Amino acid sequence: MGVSEVVFQVAGDKYILGEFPGLTNTEEVIATVKQTGLLEFVDAGTTFLPEGTVIATDYGLAEAATNDPAVIPVVTAEGVVEPADYVFHTVMLGSQIKNVSVEVDPTGGFVIPFEVTAESTKMFREYTSANINKNLAIVLDKRVISCPTIQGALDGGGQISGNFTSETANNLAVTLRYGRLPVALEVVESRIIGPTLGEDSLDKSLLAGAIGFAIVILFMTIYYRLPGVVAVFSIAIYAGLTFALFKLIPVTLTLPSIAGFLLSTGSALDANILIFERLKEELRNGRTLQQAIDLGWKRAWPSIRDSNIATIITSIILFWFGSAFGASIVKGFALTLALGVGVSLFTAIVVTRNFLSIVIKLINPARHQKWFGA
Amino acid sequence: MLNILGKRYIFFAISLLLIIPGLIMLGINGMPLSIDFKGGTLLEVQFPSNALPSTEQVKNIYDGLGIKDAQIQTTEDNVLIIRSSVLSDTVRLDILDQLTTLAGSELIIRKSDTVGPSIGEGVTKRALQAVGLAALAIVLYITFAFRGVPHAFRYGVCAIVAMIHDVLIVLALTGYGARLFGWQVDSLYLTAVLTVIGFSVQDKIVVFDRIRENNTIYRKLEFEKLANHSIVQTLQRSINTQLMTVEFFLLALALFGGVTLREFAVILLVGLFSGTYSSIFIAAPLLVVWENQEWKTWFRRTPKTA
Repeated sequence: MGVSEVVFQVAGDKYILGEFPGLTNTEEVIATVKQTGLLEFVDAGTTFLPEGTVIATDYGLAEAATNDPAVIPVVTAEGVVEPADYVFHTVMLGSQIKNVSVEVDPTGGFVIPFEVTAESTKMFREYTSANINKNLAIVLDKRVISCPTIQGALDGGGQISGNFTSETANNLAVTLRYGRLPVALEVVESRIIGPTLGEDSLDKSLLAGAIGFAIVILFMTIYYRLPGVVAVFSIAIYAGLTFALFKLIPVTLTLPSIAGFLLSTGSALDANILIFERLKEELRNGRTLQQAIDLGWKRAWPSIRDSNIATIITSIILFWFGSAFGASIVKGFALTLALGVGVSLFTAIVVTRNFLSIVIKLINPARHQKWFGA
Repeated sequence: MLNILGKRYIFFAISLLLIIPGLIMLGINGMPLSIDFKGGTLLEVQFPSNALPSTEQVKNIYDGLGIKDAQIQTTEDNVLIIRSSVLSDTVRLDILDQLTTLAGSELIIRKSDTVGPSIGEGVTKRALQAVGLAALAIVLYITFAFRGVPHAFRYGVCAIVAMIHDVLIVLALTGYGARLFGWQVDSLYLTAVLTVIGFSVQDKIVVFDRIRENNTIYRKLEFEKLANHSIVQTLQRSINTQLMTVEFFLLALALFGGVTLREFAVILLVGLFSGTYSSIFIAAPLLVVWENQEWKTWFRRTPKTA
């Protein structure tokens, strides 16, 4: 369908979740999904089609293929059909056979007997009696999986022989029975998310986020002064790193994953606040600025570490559950939360602390105690 | 110094007063599950500007096809939102055909949701199991991280109990919201609850950390005083973190964000506030109750509230 980011997830024991970004016609998507595993019996004439050859067939076309009997298609060494525009005729579909099994023939090889449904018996008999010693290719999603030769008129059924092992014979039998997916598909949910609604919501929410962030910057700067500015830098680096990770992995931003990201932003801010509150406390206890910074960081660290590890544990469990059981909301939330908290631990250890030390070296702290809110 | 823990039974009472009526409302009206959970079909159809059919007409189409529970809402831009129980593909196409006939020209289908009910059920159940398992892991981790203080296990349990308190507050809020504003529990709601849980546990640990630290500094001090001292020391941080991480962002989201997110923002606002509140007014007091084994006296005389 030409969709770039199609995502399939197994959900629970019996669901498959498919996402088709950019497609707005559910009926079309459903039709395409249901067609997956389309099995055809194709008239190959005298041409042997090796396994894996991709061919064109006339099934689904407006009119049946009318091939000039003089043109005999060949398959090149590269596995390409010549002439390239040759369209093979589809004799029968997978839905017209039944009772497929695997048996061992007297020579010890594996054969796959099958029956043709009652409605198709006459057609199949006539076709096979007219095409003895020709090839009848078995084609799945336009790709040849086997190309047996018709050895006699077949009445109501037949068997496919070939170079099968027990495994390949069973695989083919399963494919013949069900198509590629060993189940009948039922569409449980189809959902279109209207872009108008989404964009309106996203724009407003982004604006809201920007307003919120502006207030945070203002508050941090007014309340914590110089360290507050350091914190804002540190948060900016945190956000940059996290988004770089999101791009790298890649993480699709859905509402749950944005919520996870915002929660981890909260914990990044909290780490800074914890450090600065401690710093102020130590300053009030009469420490010098350098001592206060070291002690403040040292004393805030256990609470930052333990609370963040707890959050990481939570998100790992949520992620594992989310992926194992198809709760993609839970999974998206947990992934961004874990990544965000991991990065926030890093920025709390490395960035905030080093920024503070650099800042003190640049100024004369004794003269500027006020800048630290003491 | 502020004596917070002395009034612990007042705080317990306040929480119960908020939680119980909300839960009763939920019990009476049932969880207001949206089709995300219950399964059903939601059609959102935009009509040409001059051809918006009446609610009556649309209702008749559904009734004619045997779908009796259709709820029709009109929104701006000539959009109809139609909720109903699950529609099969054929019935839905039938409805869309009839709506097109009614409008006299092509419709724009803005949303067409068919949600199998068991998806919601499975996901909710799994999410609950995941949260349960995570809670267990948190108790174990806190017990390990607090191994230096007496009764480390209690910190984990109290953190989880306070976290459950926050979830109950959110549930109670849902009860009120459903009654007053017709709120529905959808997949976003699940996200909000997960966020509240994550935030709550993290906040408990930060506050407990101070008790852990003070435990080694003031060895002789009575536990209640020690815990009270600790939460007063962390009060400024609690307020600032709450303001910074929660209220600023979420107020902005609730006030300026899109309509779709408003309910989500309000639930988060209350839930995360509760997350900070319960660290101070539920989790730490519970530790004291446990330390003093106060339940032994609960039924002998009136609880001390001073």
